[in-house]
Amino acid sequence: MSIDTTTELQHAVEDAAAHLYVWALKDIPQDLRDALKSASERETSVPGQRVLSTILRNVEVADSEGNLVCQDTGIAVYTCYVGEHFPLHPARIYDALRDGTARATVEHPLRSNAVHTITRENTGPNIGHRLPIVHWEFVKDSDELHVKCVPKGSGSENMSFLKMCTPADGVKGIKQFVLESIVGAGGKPCPPGIVGVGIGGSADYAMYLAKEAITRPIGTRNADPIVAELEDELMGLLNETGIGPMGLGGDVTVLNCHIEHADTHMTLNPVAVNYQCWAARRATAHIAADGTVDFDREA
Amino acid sequence: MATHEVTFPITDEKEILKLRAGDEVIVQGHIIGIRDRTQIRIFDEGVEPPMDLRGAFLLHTAPNVRKLAPGKYEKICIGTTTSARMVRFTEPLGEQYGVRGICGKGGFPDEAIEPMRKHGMVYFAIVGGAAALETTQIEEIEEVMWEELMPECLWKFRVKDFGPLTVGIDAHGNSLYHDVQAAAQEKLKELYARL
Repeated sequence: MSIDTTTELQHAVEDAAAHLYVWALKDIPQDLRDALKSASERETSVPGQRVLSTILRNVEVADSEGNLVCQDTGIAVYTCYVGEHFPLHPARIYDALRDGTARATVEHPLRSNAVHTITRENTGPNIGHRLPIVHWEFVKDSDELHVKCVPKGSGSENMSFLKMCTPADGVKGIKQFVLESIVGAGGKPCPPGIVGVGIGGSADYAMYLAKEAITRPIGTRNADPIVAELEDELMGLLNETGIGPMGLGGDVTVLNCHIEHADTHMTLNPVAVNYQCWAARRATAHIAADGTVDFDREA
Repeated sequence: MATHEVTFPITDEKEILKLRAGDEVIVQGHIIGIRDRTQIRIFDEGVEPPMDLRGAFLLHTAPNVRKLAPGKYEKICIGTTTSARMVRFTEPLGEQYGVRGICGKGGFPDEAIEPMRKHGMVYFAIVGGAAALETTQIEEIEEVMWEELMPECLWKFRVKDFGPLTVGIDAHGNSLYHDVQAAAQEKLKELYARL
């Protein structure tokens, strides 16, 4: 591959990232719209109903005014599925995602949230040391790149929890920890949203998996039937807690619960919780080897 | 649960005392945007705020704006941040400055209940993340002070039909957050027994 072609492909990825970030902030996926509408239909508490009908009005206004659904432009989190034959190296893909994020922030303009974690000084247009955050997956027998952008708001990210349960705590320990975490979070993470749970692996990997879980389309189920059953059970239990929309009490505390898992050490039983607010924004680009881009709101 | 319309800043305490936890409120008039760094400057650094806060309605926000001219800004997207981080300022806001309403998302913990009762203040719950709608209810950014704290300045907004808000904590010692949390803790015991 020539230098020119590599540069062109890097520009295509950068353009895609710039578009994805703004698009995700403005136009939420259909599965989320459906989940919010269904939540509104089944909520019986007065404050809960008030919150959900306001959310639905807000989504309509964001559509009609072309405005952001939520003011928190978050930190840009990307998940890349890189085909083994995709002709741009991940090191260049990273640069393209960073440059696209910065460009979108300056051109829109979007609020820039990035600060040095000690000095708290702004580090640039939603970029900085190790920002944006990119998750990498590699795909055999493919020459494409799929990039999913998830702008992650801080209100929900602040409600992240990790516990190293013991093997003796079993799956009951996992369920208890998820329940106590979401009840403890109350209204702070902007419920009803998606509860992402990562189980197994190691401490860091469990949290990574919890973040992966919140990026899935709402209501999709883990391929492992044992895990899928736990997703259904936890979703039901969480909606019995009564925390309700914005923590004001009600029937709908979560839109769904997604779990990602990894096998683990015989003495480990890690459980991580990562919350995604009701404005569960995401958008995807499928980028072909020749730089052709297909945008996809629903992936 | 009643529905009220209240214009801020208020001059008559009865306007606050009539509000009860769970009630719906629509706000008119002027509201003041404030955030973490603004309040750290006032209370931790002891700098007098250059805006009158008596009878005021404060909104926990860091707006997304476009600068038009020195001191003049146009709204892009204005939403509300999590309140719990700023709960410790409730007592001095009421006692020293006579603030009457604090609006944010996610609620205040129980330590806000007593200062709000003592100083006749209300916590208004807004729908977090519903910024597109909230932006349309802010008619104009009339004044901005402490621009160097951008976006955590002191903002004066003129609003129309701001809401609907829910009274989360009233001036009579009632907190929806306390009640919901207490009931949920009881419910958890029942759920754990079923696992």
